[in-house]
Amino acid sequence: MTVSAAPRSHVDIQNAVVRFAGDSGDGMQLTGTEFTREAALHGNDLATFPDYPAEIRAPAGTTAGVSGYQIQFAAHEVYSPGDQPDTLVAMNPAALKVHLADLKRGGLLILNEAAFKQADLDRAGWKSNPLTDGTVENYRVIKVDFERLVGKAVEGTGVSAKDASRCKNFYALGLVFWIYSRDTEREEQAIRDRFKKTAPLAEANVRAFKAGYNYGETIEALDAYVIQPARLKPGKYRNVTGNSALALGLIAAAQNAGLRLFYGSYPITPASDILHELSKYRRFHLTTFQAEDEIAAISAAIGASFAGALGITGSSGPGLALKTEAMGLALMTELPLVIINVQRGGPSTGLPTKTEQSDLFQAVYGRNGESPIPVVASRSPADCFDTAYEACRIAIDCRTPVILLSDGSLANGSEPWLLPDVNSLPKIDPNITTDPAGFLPYKRDEKLARPWAIPGTPGLEHRIGGLEKDALTGNISYDAQNHEKMVRTRAEKVRRIADRIDPTEPYFDPDGDVLVIGWGGTYGSITQAVIEARQQGLRVGHVHLRHIFPLPNDLTDVVSRYRNVLVPELNTGQLRLHMRGQLGIESIGLNKIQGKPFHVAEVRSAIESLARRNPLAAEQEIA
Amino acid sequence: MSAPLVKLTKKDFVSDQEVRWCPGCADFAILAGVQKLMPELGIEREKIVFISGIGCSSRFPYYMNTYGFHGIHGRAPAIATGLKMANPDLNVWVVTGDGDGLSIGGNHLIHALRRNIDLKILLFDNRIYGLTKGQASPTSELGKKTKSSPFGTVDRPFNPLTLALGAGATFVARTTANDMPHMASVLKRAAAHKGSAFVEIWQNCVVFNDGAFDEWSEKDVRDERLLKLEHGKALVYGKGKDKGLRIGGGFTLEMGAADGAVLHDESRDNLSLALALASLEPPWPQVMGVLRAVDRPTVDQLAREQEREAEKAIRGPTTLEALLQSGDTWDVGAGGDA
Repeated sequence: MTVSAAPRSHVDIQNAVVRFAGDSGDGMQLTGTEFTREAALHGNDLATFPDYPAEIRAPAGTTAGVSGYQIQFAAHEVYSPGDQPDTLVAMNPAALKVHLADLKRGGLLILNEAAFKQADLDRAGWKSNPLTDGTVENYRVIKVDFERLVGKAVEGTGVSAKDASRCKNFYALGLVFWIYSRDTEREEQAIRDRFKKTAPLAEANVRAFKAGYNYGETIEALDAYVIQPARLKPGKYRNVTGNSALALGLIAAAQNAGLRLFYGSYPITPASDILHELSKYRRFHLTTFQAEDEIAAISAAIGASFAGALGITGSSGPGLALKTEAMGLALMTELPLVIINVQRGGPSTGLPTKTEQSDLFQAVYGRNGESPIPVVASRSPADCFDTAYEACRIAIDCRTPVILLSDGSLANGSEPWLLPDVNSLPKIDPNITTDPAGFLPYKRDEKLARPWAIPGTPGLEHRIGGLEKDALTGNISYDAQNHEKMVRTRAEKVRRIADRIDPTEPYFDPDGDVLVIGWGGTYGSITQAVIEARQQGLRVGHVHLRHIFPLPNDLTDVVSRYRNVLVPELNTGQLRLHMRGQLGIESIGLNKIQGKPFHVAEVRSAIESLARRNPLAAEQEIA
Repeated sequence: MSAPLVKLTKKDFVSDQEVRWCPGCADFAILAGVQKLMPELGIEREKIVFISGIGCSSRFPYYMNTYGFHGIHGRAPAIATGLKMANPDLNVWVVTGDGDGLSIGGNHLIHALRRNIDLKILLFDNRIYGLTKGQASPTSELGKKTKSSPFGTVDRPFNPLTLALGAGATFVARTTANDMPHMASVLKRAAAHKGSAFVEIWQNCVVFNDGAFDEWSEKDVRDERLLKLEHGKALVYGKGKDKGLRIGGGFTLEMGAADGAVLHDESRDNLSLALALASLEPPWPQVMGVLRAVDRPTVDQLAREQEREAEKAIRGPTTLEALLQSGDTWDVGAGGDA
């Protein structure tokens, strides 16, 4: 049908949350990523949360196989992927079953009607048909027969019925494009590029996409929304996932230090994308090594560091457990090394594709012997660049292994990244020793770092290893006093890093009712929660720790300026216990261990109830 | 500074550390053999690196006046792999033992061999755990009584040679520490090989497994019980070189007279003869020498070639700035709008 009616009104809104959900094979991650790219290029601020099962293809149509992708995009700054979707696309009854409860009351529900036959309902475990039994009556439902309409749209392209059916995610994408008034030209080009090797597939997907878009135009029940670009800080932007940003941060650090980057890794969810990303950039003096196991991955990285490269290894919790002994070797031999842990739900194999922050203890305390290793944590996808750079800088400066904690939600989540000025990145001087005069392998500088003398340098031949070493020569030493001296020296070397950390300046209120201390991927939810709590008149500050070990020296002072300290964590309270042990800081925990990020509302209500806990004091302060 | 023209001697490779193996340990002979070999390689001392794991044998790097790394148990091949890939100009040696290399580090050993990374791997085989004082090792013979197996072991041992051959090693050899000239010639061959060179060295542990190899390698029996492999020469043994091995029916070897013995060809692509020779058990002779030596590209070479190709490629970012800006970017103006 041609559109003869007057153009419909476009409703200006400030932000929206959209979730695409379907079977693992329905292409929901791709659909979400495509929508995200367009939102980014449109100039919206955004945050995303991909959520997928561990099985590559769980039985089709079951709730076990449901894969989802959520994005919040806005005309203002966005900190989290949003608590509840405004629009939910459910490609089948299983997706509806898993995600309906999250949809905002009155929200838009787009359903693939063709997938609601009795057998589909049975597979998803619906006792009666949710489309007719009142289950969806509180939502604005758009039922579309994707199969039939996509089939018609792709007629004549020559693709098989199976391939035609696989175009339906682009149909859904087209419809959501129309709802949020997105530019279709860029997307059309992107689809053609993606399928450029198979022209009929490109044509079929473009047609499905356009048909979805036109469907929005056709049905009159819908409004189209407009979300203007956000007023972000000026500069050049790019949308990045945490794993991509992390990989780029490693390359930037190695390049600025003038070192070869050696990345040893063994495939593991959700860290593998770092290996994939780095593997593309061979020309940046970069060696990627897919090792036979986790231990080989870190051992090879240590060997590379001994050779004068920047050795890096990346994994997730179970892999870190295997690398533990080798971390001790790097600590003992005092070589630069960065160990990345993209955390996931644990213990053991746990929840491989879900997010959690439960490896803090493992990172700080999980080795044999007195073995202090600096730990830094990323707070957002784009921050993975900065923290990766920082981890490399510390490792090189102090000749020490450094653990970088990311997590599953950061790794796969994305946000607009204000590209840094390459020249303004901190300098990294590897300060490699070449002069044999007075060379002693364990003679230290003011940071207590030892010389980095690499094989190939004449006159500096020396031997290192995991046995305790003499404080100057590095030769094996079983001397009692020397051992204690070395243990204390290694600890002091790491402690001194805290003396060089920037002062802690809380965001928002510098004193008041509640200080929220967070670390890692909870940054977005906490920030938004603090903003909302302050709108209720509370005085709230927020400290988000980048340096987990050593902790900032001034943290105790900062804490003393607030009446309550709240520590939200996706674990049972590891940072709380760590801060208590290290600095004697007492705090209240907000803990969630569901493999999911915090909702903003959860953090906000914890702040509010904590602030209310002491109403008298609050009144006195106001008076 | 580097001085390839200065003639180095064995003494240049002796470190200042006191050697702390048990008196009479065969490790002394291997150390002396390696220190003697080094000057013959014509490689600058600073380019040589010895890497080890844990165990008696793994103290080796401390006694070599080269760069050295005493790693953790079983991981020497992995550490060495990273080192060699980061700097292919280095001459890298791995020193390991039967426990370190075949038990806790078995995985790294086989993967180093399959990759054909350019490492010289010396496996000191004494068929016992020495440093932990006498437990059965993965090469201890079936039924062996040790502290950890007072009634005799019930698990069959590995054959280091067949294991290496099966892993795709491009150089596989065996020698014994009580035959210095033979060991010297094998080590020299290993040093010259481009790729993973695996050498099993029979090494007697005087304290915990004394005499482990006597039945083959004692002077009075060795001629009859050891067959020294020589490339292009017939597979013959015996005091008068009067016995030989020839191909029998059904892909087996047969013992017989020297006349008609098979010629040894280390460069043979097919593994069957090498495996047959490596698997011989009494009353057959044990083989000594180079079983296999074939040319294959090394992983360190291949990785560098990929890098050079990538550098020549026209597509893709070439500077850090361009790399960061690759992909879809957009500008936000000073006014705040896109």
